[in-house]
Amino acid sequence: MTETILTTRMVAHPADSHTIDRYLATGGYDALRKAVTEMTPEDVAGEVKASNMRGRGGAGFPTGVKWGFLPDTYPRYLVVNCDESEPGTFNDRQLTERDPHQLLEGAIISSYALGVSQAFVYIRGEYPKGARRLQRAIDEATAAGFLGENILDSDFSLTVTIHLGGGAYICGEETALLNSLEGRRGEPRLKPPFPAIEGLYAKPTIVNNVESISNIPWITLNGGNAYASIGPERSAGTKMLSISGHINKPGNYEIVMGMTWRELIYEVGGGIPGDKGLKAWIPGGASAPWFIPSLHLDTLVTFDDVGQNGSMIGAGAVVVMDETTDVVAAAHSIVRFFAHESCGQCTPCREGTSWLQAVLERIMSGGGRLEDIDLLLDVSDNISPGLKWPPAMTTICPLGPSATAPVSSIIKYFRDEVEAMIGTTEVANV
Amino acid sequence: MTNVISHWSRANQERAATMIASYPDRRSALMPLLYLATLEHEFVTEVAMVEVAELVGITPAQVQSVASFYTMFKREPVGDYLVSVCTSITCHLLGGDEVLASVEDATQTPRGSTSEDGRFSVERAECIGACGGAPALQVNYELIEGLTPDKASALVKWLADTTPAVVLADEMQQLFGGQRSFDWGPTDSEGATGAVPAFAPYGSSEAGR
Repeated sequence: MTETILTTRMVAHPADSHTIDRYLATGGYDALRKAVTEMTPEDVAGEVKASNMRGRGGAGFPTGVKWGFLPDTYPRYLVVNCDESEPGTFNDRQLTERDPHQLLEGAIISSYALGVSQAFVYIRGEYPKGARRLQRAIDEATAAGFLGENILDSDFSLTVTIHLGGGAYICGEETALLNSLEGRRGEPRLKPPFPAIEGLYAKPTIVNNVESISNIPWITLNGGNAYASIGPERSAGTKMLSISGHINKPGNYEIVMGMTWRELIYEVGGGIPGDKGLKAWIPGGASAPWFIPSLHLDTLVTFDDVGQNGSMIGAGAVVVMDETTDVVAAAHSIVRFFAHESCGQCTPCREGTSWLQAVLERIMSGGGRLEDIDLLLDVSDNISPGLKWPPAMTTICPLGPSATAPVSSIIKYFRDEVEAMIGTTEVANV
Repeated sequence: MTNVISHWSRANQERAATMIASYPDRRSALMPLLYLATLEHEFVTEVAMVEVAELVGITPAQVQSVASFYTMFKREPVGDYLVSVCTSITCHLLGGDEVLASVEDATQTPRGSTSEDGRFSVERAECIGACGGAPALQVNYELIEGLTPDKASALVKWLADTTPAVVLADEMQQLFGGQRSFDWGPTDSEGATGAVPAFAPYGSSEAGR
């Protein structure tokens, strides 16, 4: 396995990875200097487009294409999405806490490219350390002339403001995030209009994920073509994957996509503790349909291969479950999460997620009925007709459909276990 | 306008003004101001909501509508130490539910409530981004990873015995933690002084500098 490091070089400098001195000593802010002194904003945007980088936040939409949607009006805003809350995901936390200057430099370069003079970083409230480190980075960068008025003696000026969330997963959805940043309930907006056209304060706004933004300095310095040449064509660059669960070496790994899931789980992740059997894994966070070893171990880790197999890379969270896992209880944990985090705007999601939770709890507590399996599928189908992936939606945002993923996964792959849990208790029930 | 918070500390009045000035639209300061008001009132009281409404130019009902949307704005009294135990999928797989039960037991405080002496509040948290160090919990939003039921119980007893005024993640991790999500990184001497994220200018131990 080739080691390619674009965003995680600070692993080698654990003592002071968050300081401007260390960042400068490892080539930090060279990309910003190159951008504002040698490149036009259009040049920078062109390199990002050429990189073919797909957004790292979950949807996988090409960042450069998104940038191209901005109409020619001002002011415009850049909002960095650090509301990382997808169960299984912790890569944005690493990038923010351990290398805040890289994130900040990416935000500054992006703002230059986009014609932005005020950028916001929306950090979830449960990440105070990341917010502290990034604020320190902002202060250091301002003192050094990389941020503020006339950056590096150019005409380009920028302020970066940190906005702390209040503990709502849904604010990771970009329009909910914008509402939250405007001091409103974090309820997703109907799209269109997309944020690039009408975003923050109804002004053109680009919302990008922390990992996407953290790649911008490298792309600026090395060129979009260099980035595009790494890895498979439609999964270019590196991706940080968070591996957790029943795995010997949990953690964040910056990988070049294109390896198999077998390699990822058994080589990168070191296999299953106690050499237990692998039962299932979630390839892209709690929202994603599950994979199982008999079908998917030799599937490739790319956006497209995972998509063609009915799931998604999402935000890059791999959750591994060994043979001892109670899949009903695991699905319940995920469904409960979505029921708790549903914003309540759309009836199928608000009511449906709670019903899924209630039916699973009935099964788990010994009151399950055989028709509960059809009931779970029926409720799921009302939230996301056809139970396809990517999901059909009856809701404004994908939160509701995400809650159906674990339910349809366990019924599809482990129906006998669900039936057994119902069956063992049915006698007591009649 | 600022008369409405004339009884706040001078420093927090200045912070409120800075927050409002840092956004193009003053309503955007609503969430930061709710955190600041929590420091003044210990939780988001009705009075706090009236004050914040006045500061940003909306009605108290609108403030309540927003405050009630987010789990971190506490509208009831919170203990000195808010213990938030994650039981989302990875923590669930690795024993988070048992850690939560252990914390409830050690504090004699069921989830969703506050102990009678006001020392502890216990809640079930949804994913706190510590899956590589699961199971994990936060004390006043400061993270500790790699827990077991026994270690979590010992942590709670230590908090009760030593009653630290500032809760430091590094210290708790060193004393009671285990596996971390990423086992490298600089040390941190800043921590929380209450159930508000320790991010200056809200709840940080350095906010009073």
